[in-house]
Amino acid sequence: MAISFDEVEVGTELPAQSFPVDRAALVRYAGASGDFNPIHWNEKFALEVGLPDVIAHGMFTMAEAIRVVTDWTGDPGAVVEYGVRFSRPVVVPNDGVGAVIEVSGKVAKLLEDRRVQVDLVATSGGQKVLGMSRAVVQLG
Amino acid sequence: MALDPSFIGRSYPPTEPYQVSREKIREFAIAVRDPNPAYLDPEAAKALGYSDVIAPPTFPVVISMPAADQVIEDPELGLDFSRVVHGDQKFSYARPLRAGDRVRAVLTIDNIKSLAGNDVLTVTAELLEDSGEYLAKATMTLVARAAAADETKGE
Repeated sequence: MAISFDEVEVGTELPAQSFPVDRAALVRYAGASGDFNPIHWNEKFALEVGLPDVIAHGMFTMAEAIRVVTDWTGDPGAVVEYGVRFSRPVVVPNDGVGAVIEVSGKVAKLLEDRRVQVDLVATSGGQKVLGMSRAVVQLG
Repeated sequence: MALDPSFIGRSYPPTEPYQVSREKIREFAIAVRDPNPAYLDPEAAKALGYSDVIAPPTFPVVISMPAADQVIEDPELGLDFSRVVHGDQKFSYARPLRAGDRVRAVLTIDNIKSLAGNDVLTVTAELLEDSGEYLAKATMTLVARAAAADETKGE
């Protein structure tokens, strides 16, 4: 059930999603990605380098945010470009709850060849954690 | 100390091929908690027109970040890698990576700037299938923070 270019217009909103992230998620992501920087799992180290606590990998947040697009299109291969700026860290306390990344997206531009630009907004704790977060998507 | 701008345009030799596997894609998809069947089930991927399971959009970082170590650890460039954070990341894709691909990365330093005492490098990894097929491009900004920089910024 692919989205058709003809069904969307500038301003079309994609279904927003919330993604929980806890320390276990960060340890798992470290293993899967190969990014073992201790700021993502070692509280003592994070504090020593001046962070408020352990922070999520920026690439983890980036991976969560694009799901608003890939769940919308169904086909993750429809994403032809994707970029973000890591503007603020997602702080993940070791309190059994962790943090939540909230992501919304909307169609910002209609492009040639039935492609659209989707602008994403990702926040955690009420603060924007990704800047300039946008994807170009090939629709049917 | 500002980095030498003569490194702009420098390319590094292609990395050894990275073998993309179904199991690694599954591990990565589980780690980002994304159960999209195109990542997990070859039949579902085939229904979308792919020959095998495809990788999530951010999966190429598994290949591009280790490739960027060539720059971060280049003794001639002299970056203080303990102070490097990931400032931004972009991908463009000719097609998604998929199980069975053997991927080499060719790294180029696109730009070097000094901003408020921080060294800011823009680095591109072109990802190529071992057959020569162009797959994707990963562009990242690496920020080597000045000693007195705000420690809370960046990844």
